[in-house]
Amino acid sequence: MSMNTVGRPTRPEAPNDSEAGFTSLSGGRGLLQDEPLIFELGGWTKTGVDLPDAVAADGALAGLTRDEPIGLPGLSEPEAVRHYVRLSQKNHAIDLALYPLGSCTMKHNPRLNEKMARLPGLSDIHPLQPQSTVQGAIELMDRLAHWLKTLTGMPAVALSPKAGAHGELCGLLAIRAAHEAAGNGHRKTVLAPTSAHGTNPATAAFCGYTVVEIAQTDDGRVDLADLEAKLGDHVAAIMVTNPNTCGLFERDVVEIARLTHAAGAYFYCDGANFNAIVGRVRPGDLGVDAMHINLHKTFSTPHGGGGPGAGPVVLSEALAPFAPTPWVVHDENGYKLVEEAEGVAAQAFGRMSAFHGQMGMYVRAYAYMLSHGADGLKQVAEDAVLNANYIKARLSDLMSPAFPEGPCMHEALFDDAWLEGTGVTTLDFAKAMIDEGFHPMTMYFPLVVHGAMLIEPTETESKAELDRFVDALRLLAESAKAGAVERFKNAPHLAPLKRLDETLAARKPKLKWKPVAPAPLAAE
Amino acid sequence: MRYLPLTPEDRADMLGVIGAGSIDELFVDVPAVARRSEPVDLPHHAGELEVEREMLRLSRRNRSAAEGPFFVGAGAYRHHVPATVDHIIQRSEFLTSYTPYQPEIAQGTLQVLFEFQSQVAALTGMDVANASLYDGSTATAEAVMMAQRVTRKTKAVLSGGVHPHYVGAVETLAHAAGVTTLRLPAAIDAEDAVIAAIDADTACVVVQTPNVFGTATDVTKIAEAAHAAGALLIVVTTEAVSYGLLKSPGAMGADIAVAEGQSIGNGLNFGGPYVGLFACKEKFVRQAPGRLCGETVDADGKRGFVLTLSTREQHIRRDKATSNICTNSGLCALAFSIHMSLLGEQGLRQLASLNHQKALATAKALAAIPGVEVLTPRFFNEFAVRLPKDAAEVVETLAAHGVIAGVPYSRLEPGSGLDDVLLVATTETTLDTDITFFAKLLAGAVQ
Repeated sequence: MSMNTVGRPTRPEAPNDSEAGFTSLSGGRGLLQDEPLIFELGGWTKTGVDLPDAVAADGALAGLTRDEPIGLPGLSEPEAVRHYVRLSQKNHAIDLALYPLGSCTMKHNPRLNEKMARLPGLSDIHPLQPQSTVQGAIELMDRLAHWLKTLTGMPAVALSPKAGAHGELCGLLAIRAAHEAAGNGHRKTVLAPTSAHGTNPATAAFCGYTVVEIAQTDDGRVDLADLEAKLGDHVAAIMVTNPNTCGLFERDVVEIARLTHAAGAYFYCDGANFNAIVGRVRPGDLGVDAMHINLHKTFSTPHGGGGPGAGPVVLSEALAPFAPTPWVVHDENGYKLVEEAEGVAAQAFGRMSAFHGQMGMYVRAYAYMLSHGADGLKQVAEDAVLNANYIKARLSDLMSPAFPEGPCMHEALFDDAWLEGTGVTTLDFAKAMIDEGFHPMTMYFPLVVHGAMLIEPTETESKAELDRFVDALRLLAESAKAGAVERFKNAPHLAPLKRLDETLAARKPKLKWKPVAPAPLAAE
Repeated sequence: MRYLPLTPEDRADMLGVIGAGSIDELFVDVPAVARRSEPVDLPHHAGELEVEREMLRLSRRNRSAAEGPFFVGAGAYRHHVPATVDHIIQRSEFLTSYTPYQPEIAQGTLQVLFEFQSQVAALTGMDVANASLYDGSTATAEAVMMAQRVTRKTKAVLSGGVHPHYVGAVETLAHAAGVTTLRLPAAIDAEDAVIAAIDADTACVVVQTPNVFGTATDVTKIAEAAHAAGALLIVVTTEAVSYGLLKSPGAMGADIAVAEGQSIGNGLNFGGPYVGLFACKEKFVRQAPGRLCGETVDADGKRGFVLTLSTREQHIRRDKATSNICTNSGLCALAFSIHMSLLGEQGLRQLASLNHQKALATAKALAAIPGVEVLTPRFFNEFAVRLPKDAAEVVETLAAHGVIAGVPYSRLEPGSGLDDVLLVATTETTLDTDITFFAKLLAGAVQ
């Protein structure tokens, strides 16, 4: 046997065509396949499961059975694995690189938490099996509640809300129930700053409240004078995010709480940004009456492409009697989930959803809390704030920080003043970041800052990763200022797809796959 | 600490770049009254091994469904989930991605959502479906709110067969929004009774099939009555596998179909996270809650997917939004979609038939016990039995002998006078020996 001594070229040929305009013949792109929809893979009679044979339905369901085709494709197991793995490769993820979405808190998701959530004794248990057979699960809920109450300095917690916005709803409903119980049902206004998350006014409106905006000071905080002027006997609650969506701590938060309480209203705190202060500041010490905690933000449960979340709500002494069912009690006989409110508790509003909440998220969050401990969680807040301030410091000479004075908390906010005259917009700049291998920051939010760019690194980025990110942004910023508009206007150039036509999608909504209409029969 | 990459030297360097003398200077805006220098009163950090020990301790104090005969349903069902599903959903790019706000680098999630919507629309027999809601109960509540927006009427009629927890979720949201609810008394074969309760003020009629007692109903006549009164019909399903055997909500005239999708691709997880299915007629789509994924093209004309019709949503419309929802149940929807793709139409039909057969066999075995009466006239994989004793007591007795017999109806609705009613569910995981053992123990317990 002889060696192939001719071989193949081992060095690339000198490029003789530019990268721009090069497309493959088949639609593939390097290792990325142009993956069809499952409906286009031809598997109308295929299945990827082997089940025992089943006999046809009996007569008992006569007239109720589904006799028409459903229209569902099937895939064999290898085809299914390939389909989904190929699709996965078209996603950005925190496991690939920084995900600097301000206000969204994309931090590392420890795999230990996934392993724990899959223990059969925690995953393969039914919410309605006898409570005597799930004592460990109820104990876990009780432990989680204890940690949340201790970290926030609040006396009660409702675990069941399924996400942040669901938690806001829970908190406002508790506030409403408390007002009604006290004969204050006429209070129909909720005050919220312009910088609030969209969920705040949406939730308040859902609960039948009229939302009035509170003005903001030039340094990005609640305007106390305006708040005081708008408070009154008609106000049920204020909704204030702290740290706020500008990434700033509300310096006057204690005074905000005092004014609110003096006016007979409650203080709902949007706790989406609790990760900036966890272990260091207890909202209970600030005068908060209710606050939701996004377990998928502060306590690292995975976002999974948009959910699931979990939004437990801590409640003050005044609101604790108005918590929804269920809740956990504990005595010498063990743990018990109270599923039906009795006596004074029955004046509360009932339940938020079926069963007991997002147990799978509780397990992950509790494993995360145990891992970090009180000391580690304090360090989490400190490193998150340190990382954000580092980014702000390293970009402030090229980009324009919205609030240059003083430190920020867990996220750094820039406006688009620095892009003025370049022809590049915030959107263009964000899309160009994709070409550099980074996910864009949150854009155009909060609404109070023009062309906002909100960068939240979280505590799980190393200094080297932050430097790589900042270096890329600096190169882009210099390029924008040097007039390289083309780089930005058509960005991204290197992503799996070019910029998508969102107007077309909204104008002619195509929300599901439809079979291509068969060609009309030729006239005989 | 293993999740924190910064070293003490990094922290010092970074403080230097920032121009701060210490970390405390970055927390200067916190009022003095709330500043803490010491950690709160909770245990300090722990290694993986220690955390695993604690979680195992808690896990061992629970009796998992796989440990023996298990007949619990009532809105959550123990089905076998193919190994492929859990493998795929743990891929970094699905597990650790965020809401697909940048479509150019989120086509994986977006295409999955488009496929999910297409599957849910087919299963429910509806025109369009959204990209999922939290769970079946909150999806039902959102459907009631949507019916109010569409009809501009404010009364919801709920049948006595709707799961009491779902009724609770609807009442919470409805009362917050000023919608009145009329829930008819619990009854085994109750769906048709709602027709008499429909009036000119009715915005929607909410019926469940199979209902909480397992009864399957053709709701076509209810649809006709609702439409005649200018109301919408909302059809609820808590067992999505039933779509493989029973007529779809769309085929029976539903305007909105909602369901708990947990049965397909998702484990029991003690009640969550689950996945709410939401589908409706196309003409109502602009009043729908939650995210929608739509097809479009990119600048080169290539097909791609984006989140669309977001002018309904809170981040754009704020207090005018159709719902306050932001988060959905993306990863559970992915699990649903993968399992559904693996099943295909043929597998789903086969799975549904198997479930039905197990229920028939179980009902037959229980009906043979003196004093035990099967109450549900037409069922899929779950039915109600009347026992000569308090059902909750019987469940505890059987649990002590290793059989989890089902859900006493009184647990869902205390005071309904149905303390002797037990809800019994089966799935393809039920063994013939499970049924025999259950029947034997039950016969002994009710003597």
